[in-house]
Amino acid sequence: MTALLQGIGLQRSYGPTPALRGIDFEIGAGEIVAVTGPSGCGKSTLLHCLAGILRVDAGEVRYRDQDLGLWSEANRSKLRRTEFGVLFQFGQLVPELTAAENVALPLLLAGSGRREARKAATLWLGRFGVGDLADQLPGKMSGGQQQRCAVARALVTEPKVLFADEPTGALDALTGEQVLTEIVHIAREQGASVVLVTHDAQIAAYADREITLRDGVVDRSGLGLEIGS
Amino acid sequence: MSTSHLMLGLLSVGPQHGYDLKRAHDERLPQAKPLAFGQVYATLGRLERDGLVEQAGQDRDGGPDRTTYAITAAGREKLGEWLAAVEPPAPYVNSVLFAKVVVSLLASGATAATDYLVAQRAAHTTRMRELTAVKTTRESTAGDIVAADYAIAHLDADLRWLQATLLRITDLHREVTA
Repeated sequence: MTALLQGIGLQRSYGPTPALRGIDFEIGAGEIVAVTGPSGCGKSTLLHCLAGILRVDAGEVRYRDQDLGLWSEANRSKLRRTEFGVLFQFGQLVPELTAAENVALPLLLAGSGRREARKAATLWLGRFGVGDLADQLPGKMSGGQQQRCAVARALVTEPKVLFADEPTGALDALTGEQVLTEIVHIAREQGASVVLVTHDAQIAAYADREITLRDGVVDRSGLGLEIGS
Repeated sequence: MSTSHLMLGLLSVGPQHGYDLKRAHDERLPQAKPLAFGQVYATLGRLERDGLVEQAGQDRDGGPDRTTYAITAAGREKLGEWLAAVEPPAPYVNSVLFAKVVVSLLASGATAATDYLVAQRAAHTTRMRELTAVKTTRESTAGDIVAADYAIAHLDADLRWLQATLLRITDLHREVTA
């Protein structure tokens, strides 16, 4: 499979502490790859570097065979708004905006008209079962409802790559499963790729394949996760 | 798993012949090992001998004669007892996985046991991915999903045990070979 997104020899440190120590990664169009490993192994840092949120100290992140490190910040930012979607565990909605305004935001930033953005936002909220909360502020919603809105917001631009960092970590098991199932359906229908960071084997099983990190490198031993991570 | 009790349960909704029972079993318990026809008829024979089911007629339907069976009052009582009885939660550790690790340590050493655990983990992970795919298929019924949930939960428990054992293998090896 031709790689849509690639990381080559990625290195990144926080001060003197190395988080990534030379990681190679690739994901094809429409592929779902789980990144697993114990706490502190570098999986979230890898996601942030691949999504262009963090810059790498060494190595290359290549998207459609172009080195993103050579792109201007403006172009990288545009890429994040249009072709990439990012989803975290929690705390992503703007508290002053309603659910629909939150979901419409990426479209407005990408230049869509207000009416068109609102229409798309309502549609995506409906897909995740929270269409009736369109005019609700995040503070009035449950954690599960907020996360469904966040997923809708991450997908409203129909990104080519969705980066999901423990996307169901704050949800109860059944809600988490519904959200993941819907993400898989959408990814399959739209041919989108998903980088899914998780420490949970059951969540990782939603992916087509899995890579495990340990101490900032890819662990090929097959030993898997560590208990209690 | 008691095939007799399953048959009684399936007959509790109304008289059926062997073919219907096999089909109902495979539909109601997706992902379970399919019942063989021979097993269905042998079980019906035993249940009839014990007075738990009785013959309720014959039909032909274009083929050979087929005997229809109905559950008896004694059968209903037996079924009720089984349904109400709590299963003892895992009184013994009868896992082949556990036995293999211990025997592997005895016969071949820690490296062989670790290799086995890693290979088993990969096989479990692959199966878990297949079952998860069942859950994300739009055509899957609630029965398919509940059956997959059950299998996934057990695979996940095994995976946790495989993982924990990988971390304890040196201690276990020392103890087994002391």
